[in-house]
Amino acid sequence: MTTTEVRSSGRGASRRRALSARAVFAGPGLLYVTLFMSLPLLLILVYSFLNRGRFGGIVWEFTFENYARAFEPVYLKVFTTSIVIAGVTTVLALALGYPTAYAITRLSPRWRTVALVLVVLPFWTNFLIRTYAWIVLLNTEGPVNSALVDLGVIGAPIGLLYTPGAVVVGLLYAYLPLVVLPVYASIERVDRQLIEAATNLGASRTRAFLDVTLPLTLPGAMIGAIFVFVPSLGNFVVPELLGGGKTVMVGNLIRDQFLEARDWPFGSVFALFVVALLVALFALQAVISRRINGRGRARA
Amino acid sequence: MTALLTIDHVSKAYGSIQALDDVTIDIRSNEFFALLGPSGCGKTTLLRCIAGFEEPDAGSITIDSTAGVATDLLALPPNKRPVNLMFQSYALFPHMNVQRNVAYGLEREGLPRSEVAARVGEVLETVGLTDKAKARPAQLSGGQRQRVALARAIVKRPRLLLLDEPLSALDRKVRAEMQLELKRLQHEVGITFVVVTHDQEEAMSMADTIAVMHNGRVQQVADPVTLYSRPANVFVADFIGDGTLIPGSAAGGTFTALGRTLPCANPASVTGAAVIMLRPEFLSITAVTDPEVVLEGHVMETHFFGGSSTTVVRVGGLDAPVVISSPGAPRHGVGDHVGMTWAAADAVLIADPGRDPGSS
Ligand SMILES: Nc1ncnc2c1ncn2[C@@H]1O[C@H](COP(=O)(O)OP(=O)(O)O)[C@@H](O)[C@H]1O
Ligand SMILES: [Mg+2]
Repeated sequence: MTTTEVRSSGRGASRRRALSARAVFAGPGLLYVTLFMSLPLLLILVYSFLNRGRFGGIVWEFTFENYARAFEPVYLKVFTTSIVIAGVTTVLALALGYPTAYAITRLSPRWRTVALVLVVLPFWTNFLIRTYAWIVLLNTEGPVNSALVDLGVIGAPIGLLYTPGAVVVGLLYAYLPLVVLPVYASIERVDRQLIEAATNLGASRTRAFLDVTLPLTLPGAMIGAIFVFVPSLGNFVVPELLGGGKTVMVGNLIRDQFLEARDWPFGSVFALFVVALLVALFALQAVISRRINGRGRARA
Repeated sequence: MTALLTIDHVSKAYGSIQALDDVTIDIRSNEFFALLGPSGCGKTTLLRCIAGFEEPDAGSITIDSTAGVATDLLALPPNKRPVNLMFQSYALFPHMNVQRNVAYGLEREGLPRSEVAARVGEVLETVGLTDKAKARPAQLSGGQRQRVALARAIVKRPRLLLLDEPLSALDRKVRAEMQLELKRLQHEVGITFVVVTHDQEEAMSMADTIAVMHNGRVQQVADPVTLYSRPANVFVADFIGDGTLIPGSAAGGTFTALGRTLPCANPASVTGAAVIMLRPEFLSITAVTDPEVVLEGHVMETHFFGGSSTTVVRVGGLDAPVVISSPGAPRHGVGDHVGMTWAAADAVLIADPGRDPGSS
C-alpha cells in the first residue's frame, strides 16, 4: 500500500464528512424551499393543465384549454396594461432610485446608515395602511389637489385617484426601496481606484461616472428593476385601492380566478406566467452581468 | 540637466499619522527614479499627491514645462495633469477589453480614431500583447495585466510616469523578467519613470537615482552606488544591503567602540555618538595572532554558495554577529577563534545623534 492510496482514501472520507456536514446545515433550508416553493410551483404547473371543478378545485382531466384561453383579447389587454404600468413604474423607480443610492454612497459612514434606515423604514408599517394613505393624499379634497389649486397649476380639483397614474404612484412608493438597496450595494462595490484610473487618464467626473460606475452598476440596477417590475405585475392591492378596480392587472386576474371565478387551473396559467417571467429576467441579468465583468468566454 | 519634477517641502497628515513629513525631492528629465522604503513610509501618498488624488497640507509640486517654465502641478485638476499613474492594483477596467483599456486615455484627449488605433496597436506591440487585444482583464495572467496597465499609462506619452509597486503582485521569476523589461521600456519610450518599491534589490537594479524614505521623511537621495557605499544615516546603512553596524563614539579624529580604536574612513568628520558600517565583502578573516587584527570572535555559522561563502562571527560585546563574505569555500569551522581586519577606507563612519554615546 502506497502513501498516495492512504492519502486519497483519507481525502474521500473527509469529503464524505464535509458533504454530510453540508446536508445538516443546508437541510432545513432545503426542506423549506421544497415544501413552500417547489411543491406549490409544481402544483400550479399541474393545475394549469387540468379542468376546473364546478365549485372550484380541479377535475383530473388533461387539457391545453387554459393556455388557449389566455390568448383571448380580454386577457391580452390585461397583459399589455400590466406590462405598461409595471414598466413605467420600473423606469421611474430607476430614475429616482439610482440617484438616491448614488447620493447615499457619498455620505459619511454615519449618515449612510441613517439614510439606509430611512429608505427601508416604510417596510416596517403595514402595506395596506400605507396604500390607504395615498387615497387620503390623492382624493379630490386631499392635500395634493389643494396644493395644486393653491399654486395655480390647476383651476379646480381633478380626479387623481382611480387612474393608472395613481396605480403607478402606489407601486412606485411600495417598491422604490427595492431599487435603492441593490443599486447602493453595487455602487459601493465599485473599486474607487477604477474611478481614479479613469480620472488619471483624462476623464472628467461625469465621464468617469458614465464610463466606469454606470456600466459596472448595471447588473445591480437590473436586479433592482426586476425587484420592482415583477411584484408590480403581481400586485393586486394597489390596482384595487388606487385604481378603483378600473385598472385590471395580472395580479388582479390571478386573485379573481382563484377567489371569485373559482377557476384554479386558469389562475394557475397566469401565476406561472409571472414566475416564468421572473426566471427569464434573472437569467438575462446573469448573462449581462457576466458579460460586463468579462468572466464569460472571450470574444476573439 | 534641470529638474523635471520639483517636490518642495511637501507634508501630508492623515489625522495623527504624518504620512509625508517635509519631503523635498528633485527628479530629473528622462531618469529612472525609485522611491524606496518600508511599507507605510508614505510612498503611495507621495505618488497620490503628484497625481492629484491627495492634496498636500503644505509645500509645492511643480513640473518643468517646455522652455524651463515651472508649472504648478497642484493647481491642475487630476484629469489635467501631464502625469500618468500605474496603480499598485493595476485598476484595469473589467468591462473593457485590453484594446479599449489602452485606448481609453487617448479617447479622452479627443484624438482621431485612426490615430488612437495606430498608437494602441503600437504600444500593445511594445509590451507584447498584440494577440490579447480583445481579451478582458479577467482572462489575463498577472504579468499580462501588469503589462496592460503599463501600456495604458505609456500610450498617453506623459512627461512623467508614476508606477506604484508595479511588480509586487508578480511571482519571483516573472518579476525578474519584468524588471529588465521596465528598464528597457523606459529607455525606449524616453519617459521619466518614478517607481515605488519596498524591494531594495529591485530599486538598486533598475534605478538611476533612489530616494530612501522612512516614516514620511526622505532619508537620502542618491545613485545606487553612493547609497550602498556612503549611506547618509544609520537608517539607510541598516536598510540598504547587508552589513554590520558597530556603535561607538567619535572624538578627536578617532572612533572608539568595544574599548578600542577601530579604523574607519574620515574619522574626523563626526563627533559624538556614531556607528561604523562594515560590508561583508570588505572584511577578511585572519588568525587571531595576526598583528593586524582589529576584532576577534568565534565562528557561529558558515554558508557555502559555490562561488563564495559567508562566515558569521560572534564578537563579545556586540549584539549582532559580524558577517564576512569571502571567495571560495569557508576556511574556518564552527567554534573557531578568528580575527578580523579591514581597510580603514572601507569602514564608513556615520553619525548616530539619536543614541546616547555612553551606551555600548
Ligand atoms: N486614506 C488614508 N487615511 C488614513 N491614513 C492613511 C491613508 N492613506 C495612507 N495612510 C497612512 O499613511 C501612511 C503612509 O501610507 P502609504 O503612503 O500608503 O505608505 P506606503 O505606500 O509607503 O506603504 C501609513 O501609515 C498609512 O496607514
Ligand atoms: Mg503603497
